[in-house]
Amino acid sequence: MSMFILRRLGVMILTALCLTFVVFFLTNLYPNLEKLAKTQGNFRMTDEEVASYLGRNGYLEPLPVKYGQWMGALPGWTTQAEDGTLRGRCIEPGTPPKDTPRFCGILQGDWGYSTVFKKDVGEIIGEKLALTGRLMFWVMLLMVPSALILGVMAGMREGSRTDRTLSTLAITTTATPEYVSGVLFIAVFASTAVGLKWFKGTATSAMENPTFENFFLPVLTIALYGMGYIARMTRASMAEVMTAQYIRTARLKGVSFPNIVMKHALRNALIAPFTVIMLQFPWLLNGVVIVETLFNYKGFGWTLVQAASNNDIELLLAVSVVSVVVVLVTQLISDIGYVYLNPRISVT
Amino acid sequence: MDALSWGEIILRTLGQFTPVWIAIIATFALSITFKRRLGLYGKLFDSPIGMVGFALVMFWVFTGVFGGAFDLITTHDVLDQSASMKNKGPGTPYTKLMGEVAEGAYPYYLLGGDNLGRDVFSRMVVGAWEVIKIAPFASLFAFMVGITLGLPAGYYGGRLDTFLSFLANLILAFPVILLFYLLVTPEIVLTGIPVYMAAVLFIFPIIFLVLLWNSRFHTQPATRNLYVGVTLVVGLWLYAGIAWNADPLGLVSFPPNLLVVFVAVVFVNSPTVFRIVRGLTMDIKTRDYVAAAQTRGEGPWYIMLWEILPNVRGPLLVDFCLRIGYTTILLGTLGFFGLGLSPESPDWGSTINEGRKLLSLYLHPALPPAFALLSLVLGLNLLADGLREESLRD
Repeated sequence: MSMFILRRLGVMILTALCLTFVVFFLTNLYPNLEKLAKTQGNFRMTDEEVASYLGRNGYLEPLPVKYGQWMGALPGWTTQAEDGTLRGRCIEPGTPPKDTPRFCGILQGDWGYSTVFKKDVGEIIGEKLALTGRLMFWVMLLMVPSALILGVMAGMREGSRTDRTLSTLAITTTATPEYVSGVLFIAVFASTAVGLKWFKGTATSAMENPTFENFFLPVLTIALYGMGYIARMTRASMAEVMTAQYIRTARLKGVSFPNIVMKHALRNALIAPFTVIMLQFPWLLNGVVIVETLFNYKGFGWTLVQAASNNDIELLLAVSVVSVVVVLVTQLISDIGYVYLNPRISVT
Repeated sequence: MDALSWGEIILRTLGQFTPVWIAIIATFALSITFKRRLGLYGKLFDSPIGMVGFALVMFWVFTGVFGGAFDLITTHDVLDQSASMKNKGPGTPYTKLMGEVAEGAYPYYLLGGDNLGRDVFSRMVVGAWEVIKIAPFASLFAFMVGITLGLPAGYYGGRLDTFLSFLANLILAFPVILLFYLLVTPEIVLTGIPVYMAAVLFIFPIIFLVLLWNSRFHTQPATRNLYVGVTLVVGLWLYAGIAWNADPLGLVSFPPNLLVVFVAVVFVNSPTVFRIVRGLTMDIKTRDYVAAAQTRGEGPWYIMLWEILPNVRGPLLVDFCLRIGYTTILLGTLGFFGLGLSPESPDWGSTINEGRKLLSLYLHPALPPAFALLSLVLGLNLLADGLREESLRD
């Protein structure tokens, strides 16, 4: 088991390295750097001014060198300005150059500096992750139990009218992307023109003070899209368990139907959905980006959009590292959990 | 002129779709009459869910083709702005602030006007064409890539499998939206990366077809040469035109911003197809008929393409329907974030994004494209469900 986890961790690190390098490569293409220089300086910069800005800020070094600097494996760049002051990747304004470390990168715990928000990336990511974490917590709390109940109800009598209705419902929710359901919910529940005005159409105020009124719609929008899929998986697994021999035996013994479902079927039927729920995280991440943009909730997904549309290289890298780690860790947990839940499967 | 009442709006809208109704009724009448001779497609008409799904899908396919390609259903030009129609509700008579309304123009905006005074109804109809043009082909290309790589990965296993699976997982670990933001920007188009990606991805259908013909007919060189020759000539001609925009005859070309969207969608979809095909192949390769083919001395590609592939067509067909739906959602996502397509484009994602900004005041610009997208994807999902049920039955 520990060999398995170690090997998976190795693959994880390799994947994260490859992915960050791809992001690094794409964000450091010259047209992107030019855009960055123009948004940082001004839009009427000439080509020479762009080049000198980029050179001054260490953007024109070879790609592997820049990547090494970002990682903290190579010393950060320094340039001498005309008036003799030293500028550099690791030099904070105000501290004398002698006191600054030579290396500053991920390995030293320095995530860099965001060009859009003018703040340390580490700080931004922490703050935004907390906001999104709160959103995700409520999404999970709403999505998982309702999906499981829906799936179990549908799967316990396969082919019945309840099954047909609930399955169609589940298909409908998977067919509704967040930007459609969000718009529909805002139209019905929040619009000042004709809507019911039960909830608020934006979640900006939920960042400080989440209430049912301003937080329910975003949570519902994300939860609904993932819910259908989990419910269908639960239904399939429940339906399969219900045809098993031991369930028939229990019925022939005269165990009551609720008892069969609760005590005999449920535990075995919930193994497959567990994996599915864990693997839903990467999908939820997409939903988070859309919903945070739609409801103007300034969390992690919103930050991703801001960083990507402004080519904020270091923030974007940090965002991708975090999301990749989330995806890979959930995959690992789902694999390990599957083995623990299902004694018939072994990893070796 | 007075504005239309809701009843009149519904009647007129339904009337506007007349060609679509005729086409759907004809399709269903023909299919149900001959359903016993049509294989799996015919069996679809035994399942009510499948029929509902098929009807929804065909509705949008016909709407897209008639409305977008033949200009039959639309009432106004999708880019035509009228300052006096800004944000006007459904059923408002068509007027213009400047100049006269042209003779013979449709007298109403059936579903109202958007915030630039364009006709919401016509934009929704043409939006269907934007989807129908891209989604099925993007899914098809993703399948070609996934099958061509997934079959050998599952069949041979070993290093090849490890390497390809690592690549697939790498792409899958990327958040889709981040990938879109990195790939589908004007700056990236300038660097030419999408063209190189297109060059790699679009070669797969040619490889697939050549392998397909060669493995089947290599004992009959005359037939083989004919098939492979035709595939290569037509395939490479299209390839040069679509991927490199260098068609020697100047007939085939592909607008560069559409190419980025197409490439991005294929790129995101193919790893999932790869994983499905790989898994199915690993399952099927232990069957007796594969062992029989191996004993007969058939080549590996013959076994993969002519023994294994036909036997996994059921799950693949189901996934193909789901994938078109997913691609539709992805295209909407791109439009929603304003990536790739031009801001004036009538595709559903962009119109939803535009409409949502005024959602608290005006509902009518955002809701029609939202419902359109919802019903098309729902139709594809129901169709997949019907197909799954019917293909499991035999």
